[in-house]
Amino acid sequence: MSDEAPKGWLARLGAGLKKSSAAITGGLTRIFTHKKVDAATIDELEELLITADLGPATAAKLADAIRARRFEGEADANIVAEALAGEITKILAPLARPLDFDGAVKPHVVLVVGVNGSGKTTTIGKLAAELKSRGKSVMVAAGDTFRAAAIEQLHVWAERAGAAFFSGESKDAAAIAFDALAAARAANVDVLLVDTAGRLHNKADLMAELEKIERVLKKADAAAPHATLLVLDATTGQNAHAQAQTFRDITHVTGLVVTKLDGSAKGGVVVALADRLGLPIHAIGVGEGIGDLRPFSAEDFARSLVGLPAR
Amino acid sequence: MFEGLGEKLGDVFSRLTRKGALREGDVDEALREVRVALLEADVALPVVKDFLASVREKAVGEAVIRSVTPGQMVIKIVNDALVELLGGVNLGLNLNAAPPAVIMMVGLQGSGKTTSAAKIARRLKERDKKRVMMASLDTQRPAAQEQLRILGEQTGVETLPVIAGQAATDIARRALASARVQGYDVLILDTAGRLAVDEEMMNEAANIHLLSNPVETLLVADAMTGQDAVNVARAFRDRVNVTGIVLTRVDGDARGGAALSMRAVAEVPVKLIGTGEKLEALEDFHPDRIASRILGMGDVVGLVEKAAEQVDREEAEKLARKMKKGEFDLDDMAEQLEKLSKMGGLAAMIDMLPGARGLQQKMKGVNLDDKMIARQIAIIRSMTKSERRNVKLLNGSRKRRIAQGAGMDVPDVNRLVKQFMEMSKMMKRAGKLGQSGLMRSMPGMMLGNMPPGGGRMPPGFGPR
Ligand SMILES: Nc1nc2c(ncn2[C@@H]2O[C@H](COP(=O)(O)OP(=O)(O)OP(=O)(O)O)[C@@H](O)[C@H]2O)c(=O)[nH]1
Ligand SMILES: Nc1nc2c(ncn2[C@@H]2O[C@H](COP(=O)(O)OP(=O)(O)OP(=O)(O)O)[C@@H](O)[C@H]2O)c(=O)[nH]1
Ligand SMILES: [Mg+2]
Ligand SMILES: [Mg+2]
Repeated sequence: MSDEAPKGWLARLGAGLKKSSAAITGGLTRIFTHKKVDAATIDELEELLITADLGPATAAKLADAIRARRFEGEADANIVAEALAGEITKILAPLARPLDFDGAVKPHVVLVVGVNGSGKTTTIGKLAAELKSRGKSVMVAAGDTFRAAAIEQLHVWAERAGAAFFSGESKDAAAIAFDALAAARAANVDVLLVDTAGRLHNKADLMAELEKIERVLKKADAAAPHATLLVLDATTGQNAHAQAQTFRDITHVTGLVVTKLDGSAKGGVVVALADRLGLPIHAIGVGEGIGDLRPFSAEDFARSLVGLPAR
Repeated sequence: MFEGLGEKLGDVFSRLTRKGALREGDVDEALREVRVALLEADVALPVVKDFLASVREKAVGEAVIRSVTPGQMVIKIVNDALVELLGGVNLGLNLNAAPPAVIMMVGLQGSGKTTSAAKIARRLKERDKKRVMMASLDTQRPAAQEQLRILGEQTGVETLPVIAGQAATDIARRALASARVQGYDVLILDTAGRLAVDEEMMNEAANIHLLSNPVETLLVADAMTGQDAVNVARAFRDRVNVTGIVLTRVDGDARGGAALSMRAVAEVPVKLIGTGEKLEALEDFHPDRIASRILGMGDVVGLVEKAAEQVDREEAEKLARKMKKGEFDLDDMAEQLEKLSKMGGLAAMIDMLPGARGLQQKMKGVNLDDKMIARQIAIIRSMTKSERRNVKLLNGSRKRRIAQGAGMDVPDVNRLVKQFMEMSKMMKRAGKLGQSGLMRSMPGMMLGNMPPGGGRMPPGFGPR
């Protein structure tokens, strides 16, 4: 995405860290003021990982890997945190991939899915603005026919981003997606972003509706949707596993966007997710503003999980 | 992800052999697995630590019910402690304030505040026949005020007309004035989502809170929330004096450990749960349901409960048979008394009795403690076998001997005998009653005639 983005994201992350909860920073200073590395240092780091939502199993696995490297007796506890960040970076780095837009496909159809309130509509607004700034023409489609004022909300975002806006009379999201694709073709736009209603992954009927949207889009273009983004709220704990698994199985999710990383939640569950599902992480949300979408940096994310300042 | 857990616990259980009481080693081993279960369920680490420490204290030394394993017993104890921590009695919403009673909704972005506001408004209007007004103070999210307006229309609840460009605090003032003038009973203030670390927005919330003086400030939180729940609960508690929690998306399959984290940190009850996107999907909070969901061990808990019932029933039946034949003797009484003290003493017992709330308060007044049970048992113990079988044998000299043996006086022995006679009489009558009802009335009967030091029972507490 845009070139100057990383700097802004680092600054924001730094600010977020400064503000972040006393519990976490308190734990940190304890670790970093340890003169010597001992067994307690690694135990504390393991706990830090748990409080960052990595889950007890993944946290234990990572801590064991660090224990095996025998840092005990080293002079500076920072070394251990750095090593841990390194391990996590290794897991995440292959998945840090920006969203690819094949210039040859037109319109490139992106379906945006996720549980209720995760940030789908906002992410579409940010993404539309981002694409516009790269010179692409964009249309957004209001596929959420359920939530009160969902269409109006997306409309405001379309205006902010300067994107074309499509909404339909129908209550059937699949019909709207189908019509939107036709409209996007007619308008000759580069990218069509389709918003969908939030739905919990354990609701079979609602998941079937998503399947239908995909099926109907394929009728118009066998390759559509070209990407399906799962928007994941960083505040989410271990339930993210069930979410990602089910959405991927049913709707062929191609990548993740992790939102609300400007808060005190760390989103550590994506480390375990990465390990299990290997889904690319395309971008992160760091605010409610139109410019608050950032490329995902494995290293920055890993460092923030173990409480190290971004480099 | 979670499948392995049951198996792992199964392992622990089968390795632990059956013993009379839970030993430290058994408890620790089982609690290690419980720790993992709670963390997988998103209970925040500091809360997990505190919780396990207190459960450990409770569990060590506790008797293991016949036909369950020590590991299963620990799970049952954990479950009960979870239910307790999640809060017993559901008090519902408090609307005791000069109208309009203000309810302020707060929480992170997208947690479900606006939807919950409309759900609550609907319930107050339809069920409680209140006149309700809603106002959106969300000037951040696009179309947020429009969203609340539409939800108001759907539920037939008035919403404050929107004036574009007005600041949140100004909207709050206007809403208060408007609700007052128009005589609404309740005013629900929906606010913008905000991060606990966003100083500026948290200040705004504090200002709104200050000027609107809500009777209820509800922290709306997603059941899927992870470890951050403690930070959120702490921050909102500190800045806007949260009075209750609304847990949303309970219709999902998250284990919901955040409920425990927030309950523990904010020290306020979970008042309501959201169970769907529709406006009627609002329910009262049941601690036991969430507890078994967090622990993910409903089966084990159910099993132990059944086993306990079974033991109770067998003994009740035995007792009933004896009673019918008029065979209830002092040995049986001693057995019942011992059981009473094993079950955690009178206070715990009384607590378990249906309709006995408030009784405990009264009991404190008469200083009725477990020492008394011990004294009664001691008297029975110093009788001979034949005396215990046949109370009629007790003449003056036997009573003196017994009193001496138990380190008490003859009047104490007399009181016990009188109590026993009353009990046997009631027993015969109760033969016609249901057995479980009889078991329930046992402790009451035993307390009936023997106040310590000969003091008087408070009214309503003596024999009937
Ligand atoms: N702080 C912060 N807030 C965000 C971010 N992304 C979205 N939000 C906020 O989260 C809330 C929900 O966002 P939406 O975009 O409406 O979420 P959604 O997934 O479309 O919600 P539904 O359509 O109701 O399922 C809004 O208040 C957004 O402003 C982010 O990265 N950081
Ligand atoms: N499944 C389910 N969805 C819910 C529940 N409560 C709210 N939602 C959905 O969650 C999404 C967000 O709800 P909102 O009420 O807009 O959340 P909010 O907290 O007001 O969001 P912001 O104002 O952006 O901070 C919507 O899609 C709601 O339909 C619930 O109990 N179950
Ligand atoms: Mg949306
Ligand atoms: Mg809202």
